[in-house]
Amino acid sequence: VTLPQVVLLGILLSSFVTGCVIFLLKEESHRLRTSLNLAGAALKVALVCVLLWLVLGDESPHLSMTVAPGIVLALGADANSVFFVILSSVLWFWTTLYAVGYLEDSPHRSRFFGFFSLCVTATVGIALAANLITFLLFYELLTISTFPLVVHRGTAKAMSAGKVYLAYTLGGGAVLLLAVAWLQSIAGPVAFTERGALAAVVESHPAELRVLFFLFVLGLGVKLALVPLHGWLPRAMVAPAPVSSLLHAVAVVKAGAFGVVRLVYDVYGIETARDLGVLGPLAWLAALTIVYGSVRALFQDELKKRLAFSTVSQVSYITLGTAIFGPLATIGGVVHLVHQGIMKITLFFAAGNYAETLGIHRVSEMNGVGRRMPWTTVAFTVGALGMIGIPPLAGYVTKFYLKKGAVTAGEDWVTVVLVVSSLLNAAYFLPILHRAWLLPPADRWPAERKFGRLETHWMLLLPPLFTAALVVLAGLLADAPFSPLAWARLISGREYGP
Amino acid sequence: VSADATMALLVMLPLVAAIGAFVWPRWARPVGMAATLALLFLGAWLVVLVSRSGHLSQAIGGWAAPLGIRLHADGLSAMLVGAVAAIGVLISIHAHGEFDGSGGKESARRARYFWPLWLFLLAALNALFLSGDLFNLYVTLELLGLAAVALVALSGGRAALAAAERYLYVSLVGSLLYLMGVALLYGGHGTVDLALLAERVEPTTHARVALVLMTGGLMMKAALFPAHFWLPPAHSSAPAPVSAALSALVVKGGFYVLLRLWFEVFDGAAVPDAAQVVGALGAAAVLWGSVQAMIQERLKLLVAYSTVAQIGYLFLVFPLASNATDRGVLWTGALVFLLAHAAAKSGMFLAAGNIKRAAGHDRIRDLDGITHTRPLSAFTIGLAGVSLIGLPPTAGFVGKWLLLGAALEQGQWWWVGVILVGSLLAAAYMIRVLTHAFMLAPEETPSRPIPRRMEWSAFALAVLALLLGFFAAAPAALLADVLPGGGGP
Repeated sequence: VTLPQVVLLGILLSSFVTGCVIFLLKEESHRLRTSLNLAGAALKVALVCVLLWLVLGDESPHLSMTVAPGIVLALGADANSVFFVILSSVLWFWTTLYAVGYLEDSPHRSRFFGFFSLCVTATVGIALAANLITFLLFYELLTISTFPLVVHRGTAKAMSAGKVYLAYTLGGGAVLLLAVAWLQSIAGPVAFTERGALAAVVESHPAELRVLFFLFVLGLGVKLALVPLHGWLPRAMVAPAPVSSLLHAVAVVKAGAFGVVRLVYDVYGIETARDLGVLGPLAWLAALTIVYGSVRALFQDELKKRLAFSTVSQVSYITLGTAIFGPLATIGGVVHLVHQGIMKITLFFAAGNYAETLGIHRVSEMNGVGRRMPWTTVAFTVGALGMIGIPPLAGYVTKFYLKKGAVTAGEDWVTVVLVVSSLLNAAYFLPILHRAWLLPPADRWPAERKFGRLETHWMLLLPPLFTAALVVLAGLLADAPFSPLAWARLISGREYGP
Repeated sequence: VSADATMALLVMLPLVAAIGAFVWPRWARPVGMAATLALLFLGAWLVVLVSRSGHLSQAIGGWAAPLGIRLHADGLSAMLVGAVAAIGVLISIHAHGEFDGSGGKESARRARYFWPLWLFLLAALNALFLSGDLFNLYVTLELLGLAAVALVALSGGRAALAAAERYLYVSLVGSLLYLMGVALLYGGHGTVDLALLAERVEPTTHARVALVLMTGGLMMKAALFPAHFWLPPAHSSAPAPVSAALSALVVKGGFYVLLRLWFEVFDGAAVPDAAQVVGALGAAAVLWGSVQAMIQERLKLLVAYSTVAQIGYLFLVFPLASNATDRGVLWTGALVFLLAHAAAKSGMFLAAGNIKRAAGHDRIRDLDGITHTRPLSAFTIGLAGVSLIGLPPTAGFVGKWLLLGAALEQGQWWWVGVILVGSLLAAAYMIRVLTHAFMLAPEETPSRPIPRRMEWSAFALAVLALLLGFFAAAPAALLADVLPGGGGP
C-alpha cells in the first residue's frame, strides 16, 4: 500500500468512521460529538490537500478491489475528481459547523450527524470513483444516507417529502443500474477515461449507445433535477437548512451534475458524444430546465422554495456547458460545479439564519431584514448578485464562458437562453434585496431569538460569510493559478485533443 | 480434525446435542450455545478443507455406494454448511435471550422444546447439504420439514397451530412427490447416487416425468409461487428466531436440491422451455410476493411475503443457466443472492421480533417513532432492507447485478424487467416501514426493555449481508469447480 492509496482511503474513511462512531454516541454527549464532527471534517480537508499536492506532482493514485466476477471497485483521482472532492470537502466543513449551530438542543442529533457523515462519504466516493460501477455504488449510498436527513423532523409533511424523494431517486437509480449493466454487457467494465472509454464499440453499436446515453441522462437527471424529473427537490425543502445546503450545493444535485460531466467526457468522450448526435437534445433539455426553473422561482413566496427552483435552473448551466461542444463551453460548465456550489450554499445558509434567528420563512416577511441582520444579508446579497451574473462575482465568470462557448460552437440560441435566464434571475432576486435593504422592517419579527452581541449564533454567521467571500474571490481572482477557473481550464484542456 | 470426522461431526454433533438438550432441559441453553459454537468451527473448517482439496467424500461405516450412506462435500455444500453455521450462531444468541424461560409456564414450555428442535433442524440441514444421493436427500428433507413444522407450532397460539398444520401437509405432499420421482429414477437406472445418475441418465419420458415430479415437490418445499401460500402464515406466526431460521435457511434446502438435480444430474436432459417455465414462476413470485408485502398491515407478514419474492429471484437462475456459456458467473450470482437473503432476512426477522416484543404488537402503522425507542433494531431493518432491495454495496446488489448482467448478455430482456421492477417494489415496501420508523411518535410510547444480545445479533446479521457485498469473490472461488460449466477443470 502506497501513500496515495492511503490518502484515497483516508478521504473516505475520515467521514465514514466518524459517522459510525457518532451513531453510537449518547444524545447528551454534545461536545464529544461536535469535536468528532469537526475533527473528521478538518482531517478530510487536510487529506484532500495532500491529494491535490500528489496529483499536481503527476501522481495518479489508484486503488482497486475485485468484489465478484465483473465487479471491480476502484478509486482514483484525476483532474475531475480532485475538483469535485475539494468542493465537497471544503463546503462540508462549513456545513458541519453550521449544522452544529443550527441543531443545538434539537432531538436525534446523533442520528442526524451519523447520516450526515455517511452522506458526505458518499459524495467524496462519487468524486473519487474511477469506474462506473463504483460511481453507481456511491450514488445509491447517497440516496440512502440522505433520506433520514430529509425526513429528520419526523413530521407528516417531512415524511411525504421523504417518500417522494425516495420514489424519484430510487427510480432514477434503477434506470442508472440498467444503463450501467447494459453498457457493461456491450463494452465490458467501463473505467473513467479522459476523452472517452467507448472508442472500441462505437462503430459496432451506435444505436444502442444512443439509447444508453439517454438512459444515463434519465438516471442521473433525477438527482440533477432536470425538468421534468425535478419534482422532489422543492418538496425536500422541509428538511433542516444545513441539509438543504448539502442537497443543493454539495451532495445530491451536484452528484447528478458530476455524473453528467463524467458521462459526457469520461465515458463517451465529448467527440464521440457529438458524433452520435446526443449532445443537441441534452442541451435543449438543459435550456428548458434553466428557463422553467427560473420562471417557477418567480412565483414562490417561501424563500427556500424560491431558492430550490433557482437550483433547478442553475444546476442545468453545468449540463448546458457540458452539452455544447468546444473547450470554452466545457470550461463554463465545469467551473459552475464549484461556482453554483459556493453561491447556493451561501444563499441557503443565509435563509437558514433568517429562519432560526427571526422566524422568517417567506419573502414577504423579509422587509428591512438587512438592518437587523446586516452581515447575513450582505452574504445573501453577494450570493444573489452572483447568481444573476453581476461582474466580478463567480456567476459572471460562468456565464461569460458559456456565452463565448456557445457562440464559438455556432449555437447562438444559447445566448438567448442565457440572457432570458439572467433577466429572470434578476426578477426573482432583486425584489428580495430591495425588501431586505430598502423597505422599513415590520414592528416585530415572527419569532425572534437573541444571541448577545452578534446578530445570530457565531456558528451560523461564520459559514455564510466565508462562502460569500469565496464567491467574490472566485470571480475577482479567476485568472490566478489555483482558482476554480484555472482548474476548469486544465480539465477542458485534457478532454479535448491537442 | 480429519475431513471424514468433520463431515460426520457436522451431522452427529447437533443430533447428540439435541438429544442431550431434550433429556436435560435445565442444560438446554448452554448445550445449545456450545453446540452451535462448535458447529461454527466445524463449518469454517469444512470450508477450509474443501477450498484446499476440492471434493470430499466419505462412506459412513466403510459401506460404499450404492449400498451404504455416503457423505459428500464440494464447494457448494461447504458454502451452505458454513452459512448455516454462521447464521445459526447468531440466531442462537438471539434465542438465548428470547427463550430464557423466565415468564411463566408457557414460556418455560417453549424454552424446553426450542433447543432440541433447533439443534435437530441444524443437524437435518447439515445432513441435507452433505448428502450425495437422492434417497438420503429425501430423508433429510423429511427430517428438516418435521423439525420446521414443530418449531412453527412452538408459539402455541391457534393461528400458529393452523399455520403449522398447513405447513405439515404441504411438506408431506412435497416429500411424497419427490419420493415418487426418486422411485422412478431408481427403477430406471438402478441407483440413487447423484454422481452415478449423472452418468447414466438419458432424456427419456421416464426420466422427464421423474424430474417434473421431483421439481414439483421441491417447489412446494421452497415455497415457489404458486406453492408459497403456506409460508407467510407459518413464518410470521413463529417466534422470531424460528422465523429467521425458516426464512433464511430452511426454504433454501429445496432450492439447493433443485439446483443439484437440474444442473448436476439432468444437465442437458432438461428442456430449456421447462427452465423458462420455472423462471416464469420465479418472476411471478417476485412480483406477487412484493405486491403482497406492500399491502400487509403487520411487519412480520410483510417480511414473510418479502421472502416469497426473494425466493423468486433464485429461480431466475434456471432459464439463465440453461442458455449460458459461462455459468460460473450465474452460480456465483445465485449463491451470493442466496447468502445475502439468508443473512439479511434473518437479521430483519430478528429485528422485527425485537420491535414486536418491545412495542407489544407489530402493526406497521402504529410503529411511529421506533427509530427513537429501538434505534438499533430499526437501523437493522433499514440496513437489511437495503440488501433486500439490492442496493450497493450490499451482497444483495452483487447477486442481483450478476443475474442482471447474464440476462442482458443473453438478450433475455424479460428477466431484466422483472429484476428491476422487483427492486422497485421491494423499495416500496421497505419505504412504508421506514417512513413510520422515522416518524415522530405522537406521545412517549411505552417500550419494554430487550436484552442487548437480541438486538446486536440481529444487527450482526444485517452487517454480514453488507460485508458479503465486499467479499463476494470468496464464494465465487469456492464455486469455481462445482456444478457443470463453472469454469473448473
